[in-house]
Amino acid sequence: MTNHWNDIQHADVIMILGSNAAENHPISFKYVNLAREKRGAKLINVDPRFTRTSATADKYARLRSGTDIAFVGGMINYALQNGRIQKDYVVNYTNAAFLVNPDFKGPVDLDGVYSGLSGDKYDKATWSYQLDENGVPEKDTTLQDPNCVFQLLKKHYARYDMETVCKITGGDSKEYEDIYDLYTSTCRPEKSATIMYAMGTTQHTYGSQNVRAFSVLQLLLGNIGVAGGGINALRGESNVKGSTDHAALFHILPGYLQAPKASQQTYQKYVDDSTPKNSDPKSVNWWGNYPKYAASLLKAWWRDADPEKSYDYIGKYDDGVNYSTIPIIEQMASGKINGLFCWGQNPAVGCPSSRLVRRALAKLDWLVAIDLWETETAAFWQPEAGVDPAAIKTEVFLLPAAASMEKEGSISNSGRWAQWRWKATEPPGDARDDLYIMSELVHRVKHLYEKEGGAFSEPILKLSWDYAKAGMDSSSHHPDPREVAKEINGFFLKDVEIKGTVYKAGQMVPSFALLQADGSTCSGNWLYCNSVTDTENRLMRRDNSDPTGLGFYHNWAWCWPVNRRIIYNRASVDLSGKPWAKDKPVIWWDGLKKTWLGDVPDGGGAPGAVHPFIMVNHGYGQLFSPGMTDGPFPEHYEPLESQVPNLLSKQQESPVITRYDKAVQGKVCDPMLVEGAAACVFGSPDKDRFPIYCTTYRVTEHWQAGQMTRWLPWLGELVPHMFVEMSEELAKEKQIRNGEVVRITSIRNQEGILAHAMVTSRFRPFTVNDQTLHQVGMLWHFGYKGRVTGAIANDLTPLVGDANTMIPEYKAFLVNIEKVRR
Amino acid sequence: MTEYIKLIDLTKCTGCRACQVACKNWNDLPAESTGFTGSLQNPADLSYNTWCLIRFDEIQNGSGMNWVMRHDACMHCEWPACVKACPSPGALVRTDTGAVVHDPNFCIGCKACTAACPFDIPRYSAEQEKIAKCTLCYDRITDGRKPACVTACPTGCLTFGPKAEMLAKADARAAEVQGVVYPRNPKYQTNVLYIMPKAIDVAQLQHTNPNPKMPTTILWWKNLFKPFTLIGMGAVAGAAMLHYMVRGPHEPHEPENKEGGE
Repeated sequence: MTNHWNDIQHADVIMILGSNAAENHPISFKYVNLAREKRGAKLINVDPRFTRTSATADKYARLRSGTDIAFVGGMINYALQNGRIQKDYVVNYTNAAFLVNPDFKGPVDLDGVYSGLSGDKYDKATWSYQLDENGVPEKDTTLQDPNCVFQLLKKHYARYDMETVCKITGGDSKEYEDIYDLYTSTCRPEKSATIMYAMGTTQHTYGSQNVRAFSVLQLLLGNIGVAGGGINALRGESNVKGSTDHAALFHILPGYLQAPKASQQTYQKYVDDSTPKNSDPKSVNWWGNYPKYAASLLKAWWRDADPEKSYDYIGKYDDGVNYSTIPIIEQMASGKINGLFCWGQNPAVGCPSSRLVRRALAKLDWLVAIDLWETETAAFWQPEAGVDPAAIKTEVFLLPAAASMEKEGSISNSGRWAQWRWKATEPPGDARDDLYIMSELVHRVKHLYEKEGGAFSEPILKLSWDYAKAGMDSSSHHPDPREVAKEINGFFLKDVEIKGTVYKAGQMVPSFALLQADGSTCSGNWLYCNSVTDTENRLMRRDNSDPTGLGFYHNWAWCWPVNRRIIYNRASVDLSGKPWAKDKPVIWWDGLKKTWLGDVPDGGGAPGAVHPFIMVNHGYGQLFSPGMTDGPFPEHYEPLESQVPNLLSKQQESPVITRYDKAVQGKVCDPMLVEGAAACVFGSPDKDRFPIYCTTYRVTEHWQAGQMTRWLPWLGELVPHMFVEMSEELAKEKQIRNGEVVRITSIRNQEGILAHAMVTSRFRPFTVNDQTLHQVGMLWHFGYKGRVTGAIANDLTPLVGDANTMIPEYKAFLVNIEKVRR
Repeated sequence: MTEYIKLIDLTKCTGCRACQVACKNWNDLPAESTGFTGSLQNPADLSYNTWCLIRFDEIQNGSGMNWVMRHDACMHCEWPACVKACPSPGALVRTDTGAVVHDPNFCIGCKACTAACPFDIPRYSAEQEKIAKCTLCYDRITDGRKPACVTACPTGCLTFGPKAEMLAKADARAAEVQGVVYPRNPKYQTNVLYIMPKAIDVAQLQHTNPNPKMPTTILWWKNLFKPFTLIGMGAVAGAAMLHYMVRGPHEPHEPENKEGGE
């Protein structure tokens, strides 16, 4: 979230798209309702199905799963055609005026693709700006130059006219027109609109571009950095923000530093490659500090080694190779991964093509599952999983874990607030907290290396791991989370003088601006530098005073970066430092005291001294984003499994997505991998066997893969069975009555899964390209363990990876449904 | 003791069912073994162990639809039919907080309240031979807390407070959303009120009573027949006494010698 949950109350228009917030983020509706009650805000919901969110919305419209960019692109076009943009904001704060390389060509010129395509990769050389002698982009602030970003954007989205958009999405043009008009009315400087989105936006083949489309729209309307604006990803778990901040992903290190690649053999090369350069004096170019963050991180891990040396200790990943979820499944299935830790994760239910996952688990030598209950993953070898235990050789260890109330630590919520949590009670039985389990592993592995030696033991033997506090049980090395918090913040490793102030060794680093590149500071995560001081762990603060009345609560917990509650807030004021919106200012300039008031401002200096988007190289919000791997403007393509041709261009799917159905073709691999990776692509004869669009989602009553809720009687009582929702029209066609059991099949699982039919008018067929298309939706909460059980929806989902992030497609794929005749 | 009102603003309900679970939690009610109902409404109805239920109604409205989620629990009537009908003193009581509470210690399981309630709220358990229903968390509200459902509600749909304040709030909110307060009926007052949005007609919703009133049979029975029967019983007792005074105690007959046989 660029803003925070409680900031939703300042919005004038709220659009929930790609999210069912009422069901899956119930607390958010406290603020949605506040905005409606106090500001007269309007709520828009766009979803393939009429949900509990739709039920409470002021305006609702439908789209077919996987056509988000068409819908949002239509709105961008509407804004551009009708002058519904915040002109001053667009000219001064976005890259609209930048002149693009004249050799750049887009889908308008090349029928659906961008210049530089070779095979399944883009060479991005032409996706660049015309630079002056200092390397600063040339601009045309009149926005008239045909090569300026604004004109290219206009040309790109001119194709997204209402008729075409509705033909693609299957939506109603009157409803869309109403929504476009209402939403773009927030182009007025004093108005703001927010977009609340979740996995309905991101878990798509084009998930990254879906979010990019939101960014373009919000920048045009001047809605980023302001109160009641932003693009707000509603995270699905209480600490998922914390887990990404601290790098529970393969391609980053803590603080979103880049994971080193095999081609970066020296620290110097790694740092040079990762540090963007910019000679515009107004561009803060925050990532220019990369060497400070990287050196401090390496010092946090190996206190006694120079960063140049300890860089060698980190694993490097092969250039161009991906290690995200789908490749892990593939590597297990191919027998290349022999052991797996599943820490609070249930891939046997939650991963795409999960039947393949369970089969792949059987190829492991060992599996460690750490969870509150025995999950489907931990029990993949049991008869309930439909397998013969005697045929499975994998050794499975189940470690009981402590629940959130049974351990001390912190979580970082969607709005970037890091909050401390204290232990309320002891965990039951042999259950242990995660930090203890992790720490024990480190100590025992270290011990084994000490005793037995081994190849390249240095990184492990020299690892700094001193979280155990005096007075605690030293034999068990129980680590103190407060010590971990200190290391995450970072401290001085020797006495350092900076701008006349001397910092003693051991003192906490007060802010990431003071982190050093020479190894004299350590910091486990530069983003969290400023969270722990010499006297206080700010994560523990609980002062709920709100002097500005805007809901910043600066003394409640701590928010990264440097306790800034709304990021890019520099864009909430005009060039003279006056807030666009007088009734909900985020920051404002006090000319007498020469200081900013309100929230912690983004970047220092007087009004106009720096460009507001300090995290991007040139300092401007990016309408044109050359950083994407699949195109600088979001473009509509059909999902891989679709019944209709792309009506916008000849390019059916984006050429750069990762297709596992293709990857396994012609390879010698296990037949289960071929089956599990198959896809029912447009134009193939299989498409008639699986004519129905399907999507998956959650309900309020269960959580994620269900391992925490399906064991609870009160929640099991509310939603006791797996169901598939379908329209009355489809039910009639298939002679299915409400409540009957049906079989759903996909090309990856032709035996199919069983579910109860929930026949409802909340789903309606779509008319797309003069075809009638049915869409159904399934819960993905169920599995074979727990008090309430049911079929696993992900047994049907495909293995397709987004071109930028490899996030799997869970929301648009093809199935068939038949009544089960008993 | 303050009299309270619970206000249910249906413009704000998202059907998350936090209230339904919080009710079970606070009142320590066991989960039921439920089946697939074809709807999200589950359990399908209120019961001895389910005192609060979100009901889901899909109502077609021209080309669009209303999907109404409604918190359904005891309405806590000002002149409760259940209390009126109950023959066992102390088993059902309207307290001065406005909460109508049941006490299983005095319940005789006669089910008179279940027949009397205009909202079909009290539920009988054949196993326990008693009834149970929402108590407005009498144990919480007399301790300065809000009912469990209100505390759990994340969206502002359920609110709770002193009667006069809540009545004013209800009227203001209904005006704001151009809806109505239900059942804001001078002839039948309750300590639970709904804000019904203008698009929703109470009569279209399941398990509602657009015109709640005290059942006439109860009034006839309790106000008319019962006094008469009491008079009747008194008259019988009086006549017996009179008979005693006039005729003296009833003496046993001399046993007739029926021993026969030679």
